[in-house]
Amino acid sequence: MRPAIEVRNVSKVYQLGAIGATSLKEELARLWDRARGRAEAARQGEFVALRDVSFDVQPGQVIGIIGRNGAGKSTLLKILSRITQQTSGEITIRGRVGSLLEVGTGFHPDLTGRENVFLNGAILGMTKAEIRGKFDEIVAFAEIEQFIDTPVKRYSSGMYVRLAFAVAAHLEPEILILDEVLAVGDQQFQRKCLGKMQEISTGDGRTILFVSHSMAAIRRLCQKCVVLRQGVATQPLDIEPAIELYTENLTESVYDLDVSQFPRSWGAEARVCRMERLRVTSNHFLAFGKPFEIEVHLTCYRPITKGMLGMAFNTVEGTRILTLDSDINDHYFDLQPGKYILRARMENLPLHPGYYNFCVSMGGGGHFYDMLDAALWEVKTSDEDRWSDRGAGGCRIEPELCITAENGTAAYDSRSA
Amino acid sequence: MQNETADFEVTLRPTTGWLQIELAGIWHYRDLLSLLVWRDFVAKYKQTILGPLWFILQPLLMSVVFTAIFGKVANIPTDGLPPLLFYLCGQLGWNYFAQNFGASSATLVNNAGLFSKVYFPRLVVPLATLVSNLLTFFIQAATFTAFYLFYKYGAHQGHFGVTWHLVFLPLLVLQSALLSLGLGLLMSALTAKYRDLVHLTPLLIQLWMYATPVIIPLSQFPPQWRWVVALNPMTSIVESFRLMLLGTGTVAPLYLVFSVTFTLAALAVGLLLFGKVEKTFVDTV
Repeated sequence: MRPAIEVRNVSKVYQLGAIGATSLKEELARLWDRARGRAEAARQGEFVALRDVSFDVQPGQVIGIIGRNGAGKSTLLKILSRITQQTSGEITIRGRVGSLLEVGTGFHPDLTGRENVFLNGAILGMTKAEIRGKFDEIVAFAEIEQFIDTPVKRYSSGMYVRLAFAVAAHLEPEILILDEVLAVGDQQFQRKCLGKMQEISTGDGRTILFVSHSMAAIRRLCQKCVVLRQGVATQPLDIEPAIELYTENLTESVYDLDVSQFPRSWGAEARVCRMERLRVTSNHFLAFGKPFEIEVHLTCYRPITKGMLGMAFNTVEGTRILTLDSDINDHYFDLQPGKYILRARMENLPLHPGYYNFCVSMGGGGHFYDMLDAALWEVKTSDEDRWSDRGAGGCRIEPELCITAENGTAAYDSRSA
Repeated sequence: MQNETADFEVTLRPTTGWLQIELAGIWHYRDLLSLLVWRDFVAKYKQTILGPLWFILQPLLMSVVFTAIFGKVANIPTDGLPPLLFYLCGQLGWNYFAQNFGASSATLVNNAGLFSKVYFPRLVVPLATLVSNLLTFFIQAATFTAFYLFYKYGAHQGHFGVTWHLVFLPLLVLQSALLSLGLGLLMSALTAKYRDLVHLTPLLIQLWMYATPVIIPLSQFPPQWRWVVALNPMTSIVESFRLMLLGTGTVAPLYLVFSVTFTLAALAVGLLLFGKVEKTFVDTV
């Protein structure tokens, strides 16, 4: 039997100069710089996201793709799902592909649940007839029967996500590409999703490519695993050797990122200053209730006045839950051109154990000069933490607590406990 | 469906070829196209009081304003036609193009979020725009017909009327669609790179209307200078609309040939450039 997917020598190169919104003005400025032979204009690098990647996926296999931040997982998925195109190499796909890089793609807030099921299903490649055939199943799975004719903008975020996942879960292509979609909804719904995915993968011999940071999900769903490291991929390996390979130098490397070549999503291509390296230096890396220490290696090309360092943690779904800005109390710094190491520290990391996107930015005088949001980091449970299974999300901080009995006598005071 | 996909095989390579349109892919997504048409139509007027009535009111109000300003104040002749009817007809010819052009030139930028998460033939989106605007066109055509009947058989008893050329109207609408698609795709590809154009396009459309005989008929220009106005491919479309519907219009074969040639060239260039840009455009979002 011929492979369902053949990937042959696929490389993807991003032109760093072309990343970020280009305006005509910037382009003209760049031309002008180049015409005058400015050194800075030549500071356009290339970022190799994938390097000569080759592997085969057999029909009916469930393949996991794992790798640390910036290893090229998302790029690979985007190329396989035809969202973007490789720079060189060839991919042959036998079978219809459904890819799910996000749930709820194309949902329109003004349309009802029913209308969005059809629209979203069609966007994912289903025909109206297919959707009609599965409609009742989808609604039942999402558990929103009585709200199906309500505009989705009135849905709670939980209902929204459940409906979106339900549509996607009923997609029936021969090849399914999934990216971290398990990280949706509350824990109960996540379990249901995982169960549904298992059913899909074992049930009717579908080929699945699955990217996740959750080793538990990988162990549960996948038969083989491709490990990506700095754009280089292994052949599909057995699960345990693959996870071993992935975790081998995970602790040293994942918390020490060379970010100089990472694509910038914002910050005018980092021409004033550029963050070169992010290094977590705390003993336990990131652990709930433990000190959090980070080093930012920074190169300044131009002087910065009224500078500030901004850090933030977002959930995988993109909700900001912790902001650490150095200028909250009007503390600013000035820097002359040169290389610097910024060390930031916080005594108790209040983040609940889980996966978070870490964003870091350098700004000054109301402008952002460089911004990175590429790192996905795990906050672990520390040795002293016995309560992390008490529910999910956000920050966990002890408040001051006073208890007074009905007759006015003090029963408890946490400050003196 | 199973048979259709049993031997479905696709090879992805970096773009090397020129004009490649995945007609089969677009056909497979025809249901998406019809749902997008329906979404455009429904979502636009949900939570508005007058709803689709806006499709009638908008060109009507514009024509009233034109009648007041250009007809009464500036005294610009309207080829001997009732001014309101003249302007309504001009807008009927112009609006379909303008709406398509405006919407399709924002295709890539407005759908960046969608396009970076899911694949379907990108051309489905501008094609859906052409169809949903066609519905608007029909509503406006009905408005025009009502006023036409009123002026023809009502108070004015005008000596104007449709001509046999009317049979070519579908071709003219098709040409408007293709021209706006070509230019829209071209603009969309450029806008993906230069975001400034997002702000320029509406202005361009506005100015373009004044350069098209929507308000001032071509007959008002000295004959030796008419070819300059006809360099605008929309000129002969709008004038042809008037000739067909009201029996008065300055249409010359040479202008028509030029306009059609321009349309085909714009379509080819637009498809070409859009095809190049759509492949990797999400990398620069």
